[in-house]
Amino acid sequence: MSTRALEWIIERLLFLCAALSVLTTAGIIIVLAIETVAFLREVPLLDFLTGTEWTPLFANQQFGVLPLVVGTMLVSAIAMAVALPMGLLSAIYLSEYSPSGFRRVVKPVLELLAGVPTVVYGYFALTFVTPLLQQVFPTLSGFNALSPGLVMGLMILPLVSSLSEDAMRAVPQGLREGSYALGATRMQTALKVVVPAAFSGITAAFILAVSRAVGETMIVAIAAGQQPRLTGNPFVPIETMTAYIVQVSLGDTPQGTIEYRTIFAVGMLLFLMTFTLNLISTWLRERFREEYA
Amino acid sequence: MLLSHLRNISFLAVLSVALTACGPSSQDARTSGSGGGSGAKTLVTLDGSSTVFPISEAVAEEFQKANQGTNVTVGISGTGGGFQKFCRGEIDIADASRPVSASEVAACEKAGIQFIELPIAYDGIAIATNPKNAWADKITVAELKTLWAPDAQGKVKTWNQVRKDWPNREIHLFGAGVDSGTYDYFTEAINGKAKASRGDFTSSEDDNVLVQGISNDELALGFLPFAYFEENAAKLKLVPVDDGKADNGEGAILPSPDTIRTGTYQPLSRPVFIYVSTTAAQRQEVQRFIEFYMKNADALVREVNYVGLGPAAYTMVADRFAKRTTGSVFSGVNTVGVTIDQLLAKEAGK
Amino acid sequence: MRKHADLLFQLLSLATLLLALAALGALVYDIVSDGAGRLSWAFLNSYPSRNAENAGVYHALMGSIWVLALTAALALPVGVAAAIYLEEYGTRSRVAKFIELNIANLAAVPSIIYGLLGLGLFVRLMGMGQSVMAGAATLALLALPVVILSTREALRTVPNSIREGSYALGATKWQTIWNQVLPMATPGVLTGLILALSRAIGETAPLITIGALTYIPFAPDSVWSRFTVLPIQIFNWVSRPQADFHTNAAAAILVLLALLLTMNAIAIIVRDRYQRGVRA
Repeated sequence: MSTRALEWIIERLLFLCAALSVLTTAGIIIVLAIETVAFLREVPLLDFLTGTEWTPLFANQQFGVLPLVVGTMLVSAIAMAVALPMGLLSAIYLSEYSPSGFRRVVKPVLELLAGVPTVVYGYFALTFVTPLLQQVFPTLSGFNALSPGLVMGLMILPLVSSLSEDAMRAVPQGLREGSYALGATRMQTALKVVVPAAFSGITAAFILAVSRAVGETMIVAIAAGQQPRLTGNPFVPIETMTAYIVQVSLGDTPQGTIEYRTIFAVGMLLFLMTFTLNLISTWLRERFREEYA
Repeated sequence: MLLSHLRNISFLAVLSVALTACGPSSQDARTSGSGGGSGAKTLVTLDGSSTVFPISEAVAEEFQKANQGTNVTVGISGTGGGFQKFCRGEIDIADASRPVSASEVAACEKAGIQFIELPIAYDGIAIATNPKNAWADKITVAELKTLWAPDAQGKVKTWNQVRKDWPNREIHLFGAGVDSGTYDYFTEAINGKAKASRGDFTSSEDDNVLVQGISNDELALGFLPFAYFEENAAKLKLVPVDDGKADNGEGAILPSPDTIRTGTYQPLSRPVFIYVSTTAAQRQEVQRFIEFYMKNADALVREVNYVGLGPAAYTMVADRFAKRTTGSVFSGVNTVGVTIDQLLAKEAGK
Repeated sequence: MRKHADLLFQLLSLATLLLALAALGALVYDIVSDGAGRLSWAFLNSYPSRNAENAGVYHALMGSIWVLALTAALALPVGVAAAIYLEEYGTRSRVAKFIELNIANLAAVPSIIYGLLGLGLFVRLMGMGQSVMAGAATLALLALPVVILSTREALRTVPNSIREGSYALGATKWQTIWNQVLPMATPGVLTGLILALSRAIGETAPLITIGALTYIPFAPDSVWSRFTVLPIQIFNWVSRPQADFHTNAAAAILVLLALLLTMNAIAIIVRDRYQRGVRA
């Protein structure tokens, strides 16, 4: 077979694989949309998006989704406050300061943090972290947003650090040497030369991390509680969108009822929220990208 | 440019069709993976409630010891998930912690699946407090209603609001998760309407968390499955319940296997079920499994901290299976306060 | 002054790193103290039981290994291929940008939604049944965005001069990618694979949704076999009232971590070798 034909086939196959992501999204949207549309026929969209009480499983049903959204954002914010700075700092240390032997050992150990099953993290948050925090904050409730937020940050940290570090290591050594030659310290080089040069990879890592936090299920399902409430207080039980989805889909609700359909409505909302988030991030990345030959 | 896209899309289409055609037929998927070794083993599949799971697991384990040629598998997709699979013919037996609902009956009818409803055990709900709690020596159904009614939200916050001579201290409430059959049953029995309750209590789908919460909090009171109390009897204090009716036992009754089975501990005990499809019941291995279930349920159910129905009831249920009586006695029926014997007898007599 | 700032910064970043490691240590210590005593050959070789002393993890361990291997086999080639297309062939067209956005978004979808998709598509529509294959396909979809994103980043780090040199010598596009670009990008690709599989190995909810079982007294014997995985068994044991089952759960977690370590070790050895070779 001629090389041209072979090249053509290969290009088609590669395209197929890339297009698979589109098919997946289409599949997800179809699965979610069918039930969401049925849901919205019974609950007005405005009530759903702006209502402040979420009680579909109680006899007095209210379908305002805001408590779940706020719960998700609260836990994610705490997780990001842990993962982003700690991940980036760890990455800088591993890439710019550490001896290579140290890095060879520590990097895989850190990646282990990413591999602990989320169920384990959930129970760790509930049975170890919460009691520990309760000694510092006596008013902390048994279920709260702080504990799973911190543990989630820990879980996401390797994502940020490994990917950021890979991006920073790929920055040509010449750039660093130029900076040192001008008399800069390692800190100045790291912060003013390497990080900006690796910005694309670092933002990719950050976006992945935030996405992961928002979509995380088991840690919050186990440790954050099941009381949807509209609050910014991390010390009380709340419920996130994902925890709610798990609670209902693995529970005793019969399928085809409006309670069951709430899973899909909440899932659809989650999907659209992260879509918007990524749209913004992509725009940001394009604006600040630097390229090296 | 457009041509290139068109070519890509048609390639995609051809591939998707090809992929859909591959994969085993649903028949293969059902019987394959039945374990290694020579000769295919037969397979009995169960799925559904995580409450009924320990019972089905115990029966499956013992059954397989006695019948080496059959494998039994059990899933925990939840009662709703189990029924969905059941009404699509994907599993033989559905584990259910509540009776089949009207919509599920309709779904099964539409798919041409007929089911045989078999109650298999009682699950009691215990009211528990912290062992250090010295004042709550009993509680009435009316008091429970005061505490848990929807109107109590934000209002009933102290012990003495429930009973005057209890201390004027905060009460911390714990209860089963709101998507569980336990919660549905508790609210129906106490508040008269399923799922109607206050919302400001600590709820969890994992009952171990409730045990931990109550045993760490002096001011706690909660409801949880009796099975979880039994395993943690040292950490919790059981509160007897008075339902105000003298004919099924005077005064406040403590839950125990006896009181739950004989119907003295009311209204907080409920039946749990398995549902078998008539199609599955045509297979020998399924028949043998159900017959084994009925014969050994009383003993095995006790081993996993649930309460058996009693020999008489099991005979009636086994009879129901033998006659392949389809349809549900319990769907939509308020089973609060009625014993299985009474209900099954009513069904047999009708 | 600057030297002080530099030293402080170095200490700060090291402290952060050590704090993360300490937290991991606390977690592992907590589990080991609970579960190490329960680990034994019998535990690894037994099937589930209602008696905690008799119950073991053989079925779940085998299930996890089967699912993981299959997920890697599906996600790696597809993910790398997709990334290659987007990075090397795709123009800066709207279609390519759209696909990019898509992938980033998919990374955020909660895993249980993938479970719902897998149930409708793989289990029912494509007739795979509640099999290892359906589970692996679902997890592969879950893993894909991470693999694609990190592969793209890895491909970006390969300097254009390498590509140009290859073209100058008369190689075709694919030959350039296969022989020059991809080997240089392999370390980054493997990082992405490790992170993606690490997540897949711990997933519970989507697999329960597609029909992975909780009680199954046999190990998978083919990709069409029913199955269960370690996280599901752990989840089940932890929610039982008997304290002995909690010990079992801790031991099972240790088995899972060991599996994870093995998988990581293999990938790291390969990554190391590529990194050394390339840097030389």
